[in-house]
Amino acid sequence: MTSDTKLKATSRRAFLKASLAAGGTLAGAGMARAGDPLITEVQPWAQGFGDPVDATPYGLPIRFESDAVRRNVPWLTADPISSINFTPIHALDGTITPQGCAFERHHSGAIELAKPDYRLMINGMVDKPLVFSYEDLERFPRENHVYFLECAANTGMEWAGAQLNGAQFTHGMIHNMEYTGVSLRTLLEEAGYDTSAKWIYVEGADASSNGRSIPMEKALDDVIVAFKANGEALRKEHGYPVRLVVPGWEGNLWIKWLRRIEVTDQPVESREETSKYTDVLADGTARKFTWVMDAKSVVTSPSPQAPITHGPGPLVITGMAWSGHGRITRVDVSKDGGKTWETARLAREGENKALTRFYLDTEWDGSEMLLQSRAIDETGYVQPTKAQLREVRGLNSVYHNNCIQTWWVKPTGEAENVEVS
Amino acid sequence: MSKYPETLCAVIVSALIAGPAVAGPFGLGRVAEPDEIAAWNLDVSPDGTGLPDGSGSVADGEQIFSDNCASCHGEFAEGLGNWPKLAGGDGTLANVDPVKTVGSYWPYLSTTWDYVNRSMPFGNAQSLSADDVYAITAYILYSNFLVDDDFVLSRENFTEVEMPNVGGFIPDDRPESEYAHWRVEPCMTDCKGVVEITMKATVLDVTPQESTDTAEPAESSAATAQAEAVPVEQAAEPAPVAEPVLAAFDPDLAAAGEKVFRKCRACHEVGADAKNKVGPQLHAIVGRTVGSVDGFKYSKAMASDGGTWSEEYLAAFLANPKKAMKGTKMSFAGLKKDSDIAAVTEYLKSVVE
Repeated sequence: MTSDTKLKATSRRAFLKASLAAGGTLAGAGMARAGDPLITEVQPWAQGFGDPVDATPYGLPIRFESDAVRRNVPWLTADPISSINFTPIHALDGTITPQGCAFERHHSGAIELAKPDYRLMINGMVDKPLVFSYEDLERFPRENHVYFLECAANTGMEWAGAQLNGAQFTHGMIHNMEYTGVSLRTLLEEAGYDTSAKWIYVEGADASSNGRSIPMEKALDDVIVAFKANGEALRKEHGYPVRLVVPGWEGNLWIKWLRRIEVTDQPVESREETSKYTDVLADGTARKFTWVMDAKSVVTSPSPQAPITHGPGPLVITGMAWSGHGRITRVDVSKDGGKTWETARLAREGENKALTRFYLDTEWDGSEMLLQSRAIDETGYVQPTKAQLREVRGLNSVYHNNCIQTWWVKPTGEAENVEVS
Repeated sequence: MSKYPETLCAVIVSALIAGPAVAGPFGLGRVAEPDEIAAWNLDVSPDGTGLPDGSGSVADGEQIFSDNCASCHGEFAEGLGNWPKLAGGDGTLANVDPVKTVGSYWPYLSTTWDYVNRSMPFGNAQSLSADDVYAITAYILYSNFLVDDDFVLSRENFTEVEMPNVGGFIPDDRPESEYAHWRVEPCMTDCKGVVEITMKATVLDVTPQESTDTAEPAESSAATAQAEAVPVEQAAEPAPVAEPVLAAFDPDLAAAGEKVFRKCRACHEVGADAKNKVGPQLHAIVGRTVGSVDGFKYSKAMASDGGTWSEEYLAAFLANPKKAMKGTKMSFAGLKKDSDIAAVTEYLKSVVE
């Protein structure tokens, strides 16, 4: 039994093939047949013991869920030390991303920095330059907020056309967590920041020295110096023990292993805000300081990695939507490539700069669909088509591609990433 | 001095609108010492703020670049493989595939100096002197035909260098160019006529294949297989080769070494099909003659060494490459923990088939 179960569980692709080939009849009800042995026969798990407590002091997902893991695209980057991988959004539901499968992006590898070795410096235009230990940070008043983090390059490979076949790869540079930390304003006030200063420069402790300039207005608004995510310590790959949280703004600003905050009167114009994270337009000029992540959504199931395996009948179409400008107020879904739209159901009212889950509970007749979703946020902004984006920006922007995505769902239930007219 | 009224304001406001009143300042933290600020406050701005004293010539830069940077960026800063191109691309920004280099794209020279100083060389950051950084920066300018071969860059003349694309950037204009048009009630029915599929991702076929499936042998593309060359199972099996070193083989240590070796994989491959990358392939390196892999361009020091990679020599090299072999091109700083060195050595001993 063990080998059988294992094969089924770990070979998701083979399983999908089998059920697709059977045309969904495996799940067909109402046929006269002998009782299901899973019911009529006593199963091992109903007779013997399972694992005792403490079998896994820190639990991992059960082995049948081995599909819900981060994956990377090796050809994207020169090597995995300075690279990115993708959240398995096709296999997740709800809104909170578990830390263990939330995408990673490092510029010089994920470093191991212990709390006793941690120091945070605030210097520059302040009354009193300060150094905080990790323990110091835990003594300031704390806040809890759920925010999405999206890499500015998410969907960036799709500018020129449909390229990667899976929601994980086209839209997986995103995660959504509940953060616990201290408001940056509190720390700036502790150091006595100069109110005439227009900028801060924030920097990480790893060898890449990743650093970004942030306008003081944002720094005083909702930025958090966070040390917990989803209730537990940050993971090493997300900046343990302390990272910056910059709600609604591109992930590169969310400095991991945060070690220094400098109050300045001008932006530093660091590598990551000049040579990278700037958006080249058709005429060769480039936008800079494009921090906000505009409203965006994607259908996560069905999708290429999550085909329909049950045949015609009731079908749950689901996906997620988010906006760096605030709350998602509405998501529309089209099954015909954008000719007609129906408004989906939001699982919960949209939350400020956090993921919103949407569902369209529908009846599938087994014919092909060109599935799309479009998000609308509280400012009235409507997620654009790729054609609209290209008209304004051309093909070379790389970053900030928030276009409407199309999945071609075939009568077999399989889905493919396509572009439509 | 300006802080007090501001703090007071914040306290009053938060007391009115938020839950718990914030009573600051809290008197937490300690004053940062001048030498601490000097050690970390290294960023350099376009107006030269933050630059230390020093200078470096194109000629010096060419040698320093060759020793420290060329293994990834190429001898002429042209970029090897997927590694960043630092030179060229002039006039390509409006093309189908713009080539964004220091010369063609970066708006400020300070960014290059700052990045080289704080973040390079990859794997051995913050190991260059200020003069080295001036020299490398001068060489990158020279590679982009922006200065002559007798140019010397210094703190004094730094801001006189204007980068070609300094005027090529505009602040985020999405509010005017996009939001103004896209904040409208969207169409719900009859929104377009015929809808046709114009492009399919599977035609390109660049999506990685499943490799998490442990029940089946990995059948990933050749490129992926190279990067992930050695499964743990293989490392755990002692290789049946008549090498005396294998007598004391420790599979657990080798497995630990495979993890440490991830640091090395950026530049080195192991396994039967290992190829030279930024560094030479390390297949069956223990017992191999130093500097003996065909087709790899070694430093003079490595090529003329003539010795054998014994475990002891390897350990000394891994601990501090530049100390063990003066003149090596390997920019990696070395493994600090003896336990890591022992583990990697054990791992390298295991990958001999």
